[in-house]
Amino acid sequence: MTSYFNEMYQDGAVRAPYARLEDWMRTMPAEFRQMKQAEAEALFRRIGITFAVYGEGGDPDRLIPFDMFPRVFTATEWGKLERGIKQRARALNAFLVDVYGRGEIVRAGRIPARLVYQNEAYEKAVVGFVPPKGVYSHIVGIDLVRTGAEDFFVLEDNCRTPSGVSYMLENREIMMRMFPDLFRENRIQPVDSYSDRLRRTLASVAPAKCRGEPTVVLLTPGHFNSAYYEHSFLADLMGVELVEGQDLFVEGEYCWMRTTEGPKRVDVIYRRIDDAFLDPLCFNPSSMLGVPGLMDVYRSGGVSICSAPGAGVADDKAVYTYVPEMVRFYLGEEPLLQNVPTWQCAKADDLKYVLDKMEELVVKEVHGSGGYGMLVGPKSSKAEVEAFRHKVMEDPDNYIAQPTLALSTTPTFVQEGIAPRHVDLRPYCLVGESIDLVPGGLTRVALKEGSLVVNSSQGGGVKDTWVLAE
Amino acid sequence: MRLIVDHVTRYTYDVPVRGVVQSHRLTPSAFDGQTVLEWSVEVSDGIPGGVFRDGAGDRVQSWSVQGPVSEILVRVRGTVETVDLAGVLRGHREVAKPEVYMQETAPTRVDTALIELSKAAEGAANQLDAAHKLSDAVAEAIAYRPGATTAHTTAAEALALGEGVCQDHAHALIALARHIGIPARYVSGYLFADGDGKQHEAAHAWAELWMPGLGWVGFDPANRCCPDERYIRLGSGLDALNAAPIRGTARGQGQESLDVTVAVVAAQQ
Repeated sequence: MTSYFNEMYQDGAVRAPYARLEDWMRTMPAEFRQMKQAEAEALFRRIGITFAVYGEGGDPDRLIPFDMFPRVFTATEWGKLERGIKQRARALNAFLVDVYGRGEIVRAGRIPARLVYQNEAYEKAVVGFVPPKGVYSHIVGIDLVRTGAEDFFVLEDNCRTPSGVSYMLENREIMMRMFPDLFRENRIQPVDSYSDRLRRTLASVAPAKCRGEPTVVLLTPGHFNSAYYEHSFLADLMGVELVEGQDLFVEGEYCWMRTTEGPKRVDVIYRRIDDAFLDPLCFNPSSMLGVPGLMDVYRSGGVSICSAPGAGVADDKAVYTYVPEMVRFYLGEEPLLQNVPTWQCAKADDLKYVLDKMEELVVKEVHGSGGYGMLVGPKSSKAEVEAFRHKVMEDPDNYIAQPTLALSTTPTFVQEGIAPRHVDLRPYCLVGESIDLVPGGLTRVALKEGSLVVNSSQGGGVKDTWVLAE
Repeated sequence: MRLIVDHVTRYTYDVPVRGVVQSHRLTPSAFDGQTVLEWSVEVSDGIPGGVFRDGAGDRVQSWSVQGPVSEILVRVRGTVETVDLAGVLRGHREVAKPEVYMQETAPTRVDTALIELSKAAEGAANQLDAAHKLSDAVAEAIAYRPGATTAHTTAAEALALGEGVCQDHAHALIALARHIGIPARYVSGYLFADGDGKQHEAAHAWAELWMPGLGWVGFDPANRCCPDERYIRLGSGLDALNAAPIRGTARGQGQESLDVTVAVVAAQQ
């Protein structure tokens, strides 16, 4: 029987960050809790925050379940995490600038050339280009899990367009509305400055040709996209235009937005569409979502694109293994956040181990996300493991494996009352002229008893995440 | 050799379009094998975009044309002094690593027939010998016949057909080279038709393979040779689409038709 770190109780005593929540929890009458839960759902429905789940059918406007029991960090705990997250975000960006330039880390033999240059996320079209301020990934979402009081591990990095930050903001908003007393009794650091900070970060990487206040837009694939709510929500909070590809066009050296008062020059595009769809003249020629000619404007310094095309080569699950090495190589520091030990099925010895021990491991596709295309060995049937073993044998390069981690638990409201459920954490680190992190993030919780999969597409929910003031 | 190029591409639309954007790789590469004496690219009613040199060393420029427009003329004219470097791309500056050109693309994907053909390189004395053997094998396997294939034909399809044009030869050679671990890329350019009685396409394409110690070396299976002073190199890419001298798109409903004339002649010395 694996033991799990319980973030609220340790050795029978309440841990400091949760001290003030103990009473709140104990004294809450069942009817009051049910009433509040219903109220939370109604509020989420009303603001329209929903999440479509790919390939599952059913209601595309399904709510992600919200759990009212907050997840809490002390200022000291957070301070440590913050340093580790910022360190990692700096290293990932240094790596990106390097591998699209001289490739020193490859020359030094610290990462295999094949893994970088033959990676399908490596974008030949941006080779030799250094984006403004040397930043490729402007919003780095780092998925963390905790296994002990002092033990945090990075599960994966998201350098392209990590989603979910709207939940971080909405969860806080709803909690403050429903439980104002809690926010008087606890000194909780605010997260609502995120949208301002995001806007500042984006404006700080405007191209050198930009004069005056930069015009920032948010480029969405459209309302059928599962994260469309988040796109419109963020554009609204930042006070920038939400645009689709057809609203933009290229003329001369610049990219322009159609407006009722005529064309307006665009300086920074926060894009929430994939590289392949950005520009049919450079990438997928049949894409209708992008802006023809955009990449030429980008490369000749007429517009900034965030995240920069090509950023995906840093968050590949096989490249992940080398992130601690990047920290040492570029920053000359020891990594503050640890990686989860990872077996790469592309290596013969690792593959043999993975095939032998598959029922104990978590096996993932190198380019997979959202909890799709993965196997949680201990939670799977013999037949499921066997089927997955065949998939891995057919295409070993496409898989990595990790030990099943003992994810920490936090108290969660369930049918029977309150029970521990496993959680992870995704903070959103902003990288522009400076590097910035709001004290908080998105806590995802596996609502099913014993489940270790927190993805919303696999029955996960979300919680408000508190960082207490000193 | 001093070569004079006149290359006109005429786009016509049956219904006027609202606007056109094009991305051009239409400037001869800078390397020891060729020196540009004069060069101009004109686009009728075109607004020039920013210019940059990409990671492969190609000079790229975009052009936009405001509609309504029913005809666009792209005219490339210039004079280039060339020397024979036996295909070696000496003195070419680029940032892209050769390994990047191991990436498979749809038209350069191998099938069982291509894998079989790659065995032509078995027993080669060295990489260079292997490259020549592969190039010869492609020339043997795919006969030159204009009109047999289209712009979208893959290397595998051309081999199955046994016929094709320079684009198919280049794709097939690239597929074979990558399959045996040699980085390879598509090159577009011009070829001087010297009246030797053989058929030539003045707008031409070939492949470059990465040879340790030599760097990029051109191979032209279509003409069973390495590029010499009759060749003008424009740009490169993973495949024909990626290396296209002109990529463009029009906004609007009009059907596009295309008319290309290319003349490459030798200057009277």
